[in-house]
Amino acid sequence: MNAVRFLFAAYVATWVIHLFYIGTLVRRFGKLRQQLRELGGGK
Amino acid sequence: MKRLFPILSIVTVALLGYALYQALVVAPTDALQGDVYRIIYYHVPSAWTAFLLFFINFVASVRYLARSKASSESAVKWIAIFIGVVGLIAPFLPPVRAKIPAGMEPGAVATTIVLIPVFYFLVGKWFPGDRLDVLALTSAEVGVVFCTIVLVTGPLWARPVWGIWWAPGDIRLTSTLVMWLIYVSYLVLRRFSNSAQTQMLAAALAVFGALDVPLVYLSIWFFRTQHPQPVIGGGGQMDPRMLHVLLFSWMAFLFFGFLVGWSRFRLELLKREVEHAHAMESLVGAEASSSTSLPLSRSAR
Repeated sequence: MNAVRFLFAAYVATWVIHLFYIGTLVRRFGKLRQQLRELGGGK
Repeated sequence: MKRLFPILSIVTVALLGYALYQALVVAPTDALQGDVYRIIYYHVPSAWTAFLLFFINFVASVRYLARSKASSESAVKWIAIFIGVVGLIAPFLPPVRAKIPAGMEPGAVATTIVLIPVFYFLVGKWFPGDRLDVLALTSAEVGVVFCTIVLVTGPLWARPVWGIWWAPGDIRLTSTLVMWLIYVSYLVLRRFSNSAQTQMLAAALAVFGALDVPLVYLSIWFFRTQHPQPVIGGGGQMDPRMLHVLLFSWMAFLFFGFLVGWSRFRLELLKREVEHAHAMESLVGAEASSSTSLPLSRSAR
């Protein structure tokens, strides 16, 4: 039963890492789009 | 193309959801390890996806380095063809076949080697010019994410099964950690170096770093390790239902990796577009200031 906690931890850790990375991508996309708009090139 | 991304996203979410259901419900429980073995349905597909991404990084880096000179581009093209031809024939020759580890099919070895020239030419065709460098960066970064998952989920499986988090000195574990460090170094170089030679240096680092990838993969075939034997072929035998779930899970993660990689690729293109726009703005600003200051300087004379 205790071992199942490790299984749960592994699955949760996987998705935490993936979601964190996707979050950084979204944040970087947002910043770049804003910069492009400020430069007058974003349409 | 604009519609393809949301459609692929929906398909990927459905595949990942079904893979999770299969991993937790459909796959039978392991007689020795119990349910904790189900970690392999995330650990192994992540490792295979990382290998594939590092392989793409290697091919794109070689191609990027080769294109600096017409003569080297031609030489690398012929080397790639030579590797493909030798790889297609050599694994079936008796002396070479005798050296292939038990369980590893010569056909599988030949297919893997032939993929090198195939990828080399496809990557060159689909990613012309500086897009090769963008592809190399993208594949390395997403590969590091998948490799991080391998290094996190591995110890979480080892603790209840082996009784330890990490087996010091184990060649599979150590070489995987070294591989992760090499690609993190690659990303650090890309992130913090402002030299005009950064792209070339990073490509050279990627080529040498890629030497560790086959070592990681083949370590469990050629060395005695604490890490389990390969789940396909080799010394290990896997229940066909488990294997089916594992392969399905890998397919789902390949879709996911492709989507994330595609997003990262677009992000890098956008970043370069912004940098270009900044440079153009600075240029226009400099030209405007010089045109206004020139008459003044003339009048001053």
